[in-house]
Amino acid sequence: MAFLNKTLAIVWKDVVAELRTREMLSSMLVFSLLVTVIFSFSFDLRVENIAQVAPGVLWVTFAFASTLELNRALALEMENDCLDGLILAPMDRSVIYFGKMLGNLIFISAIEALMLPIFSVVFDLNLLQPSLLLVVFLGTIGFAAVGTLLSAMAVNTRAREVMLPVLLFPIILPVVISAAKVTGGILDGVPLSELARWVQFLVAFDVIFLVVSYMTFDFVVQG
Amino acid sequence: MTKKLRIDDLLNWLSGLSIMAALYLVFVYAPTEATMGDVQRIFYFHVSSAWVGFFAFFVTLIGGIAYLRGRNRDWDTLALSSVEIGITFTSMAVITGSIWAKATWNAWWPWQQEPRLVLVSILLLLYLAYLMLRSFLEGEERKARFAAVYGIVAFVSVPFTFMSIRWWQGLHPVVFEREGMHLAPTMLATFLFCLVAFTILYFTLLLHRVRLGRLEDQLIGLKERLRQGAGG
Repeated sequence: MAFLNKTLAIVWKDVVAELRTREMLSSMLVFSLLVTVIFSFSFDLRVENIAQVAPGVLWVTFAFASTLELNRALALEMENDCLDGLILAPMDRSVIYFGKMLGNLIFISAIEALMLPIFSVVFDLNLLQPSLLLVVFLGTIGFAAVGTLLSAMAVNTRAREVMLPVLLFPIILPVVISAAKVTGGILDGVPLSELARWVQFLVAFDVIFLVVSYMTFDFVVQG
Repeated sequence: MTKKLRIDDLLNWLSGLSIMAALYLVFVYAPTEATMGDVQRIFYFHVSSAWVGFFAFFVTLIGGIAYLRGRNRDWDTLALSSVEIGITFTSMAVITGSIWAKATWNAWWPWQQEPRLVLVSILLLLYLAYLMLRSFLEGEERKARFAAVYGIVAFVSVPFTFMSIRWWQGLHPVVFEREGMHLAPTMLATFLFCLVAFTILYFTLLLHRVRLGRLEDQLIGLKERLRQGAGG
């Protein structure tokens, strides 16, 4: 229980800090809107049926918005040496990982929740289906699981904003591929039983990368 | 020291001779493939380079894990050396694969037909990111630690990437299955010989690169001592 309480304390700290400034959510939202607008213009000229490219646009937007959020979340901890404070707190380092991971998951999901209705309007599709929300959630766990670990590395580099996407994108590629595939399938009305293996694939990715990140996070924050 | 030198010499000669022999086998000994013609000869070096690439990144994974367990600098040197060699060989695999694809499908980049080529290029991107991460970090110890973690995460993601690319193009018929291609015994012999020759070459390069890395470490240590000596 103590583990859970400590983890939730970190999550709560991040949520309160964000609710006071609303910096991250507002910048992510504007950024996502801009990406959507740019995409819809760049495809509109050549693509006959814009609904065909919607799953790809959706997931590229989510991936971009996630890197923005992940960078910001860890960069905040670097200011005033907050991360050192967290490390000095009497708790397991994995608490920091799960705390930050859940925080990232909440913020990315919040943006996605705002973006999905907007997407539905822009692309004239019904994206608010329960099965689709599940896929979005599973994909977001994948982003947050790997992203939390990699952003903890990226903030220590020079040119940190550039580093995170370079590290993150090749690794979350399977998530983007499978999530875009399932999203497209659901929009085309493919029965869920045919998409089950992709969903299982997403679950497997999430579980394995949560475990790997949990096991290696210790080595990233020490020293 | 004398014993080590002998291993060097042995590997140098062995890799030199086996690559020469492999060239002979590929261009002279192996028969010309009936449907694809001479361009099929690229297959021997293409698959061998891809194999060495995979193997090299696996060695990096092992080096990373060993480094995190014992914090011995040599393991990090091994991991870094292996990545550099692996990138060289995967680049070769991508380029030769692209040339072969042009001859087979008349497209330099067969997204739909050949998932393995896409996988190898993503592998290349992953480990270029590994090198970039190192070059953007300060401090040898931190470089080694972060790189080890990234080496582990990157390698774990490879099977996922492969499966997702495989399934992603699943709707399209597989025009040409390489495993299904019946290799004549002489072709198979050539292919296996190339695999062995490239593996020997990998170990030769690795040995030299690791030694270079250790010398670099020594040099940094000596410079440090010199600076302290001059200061005091």
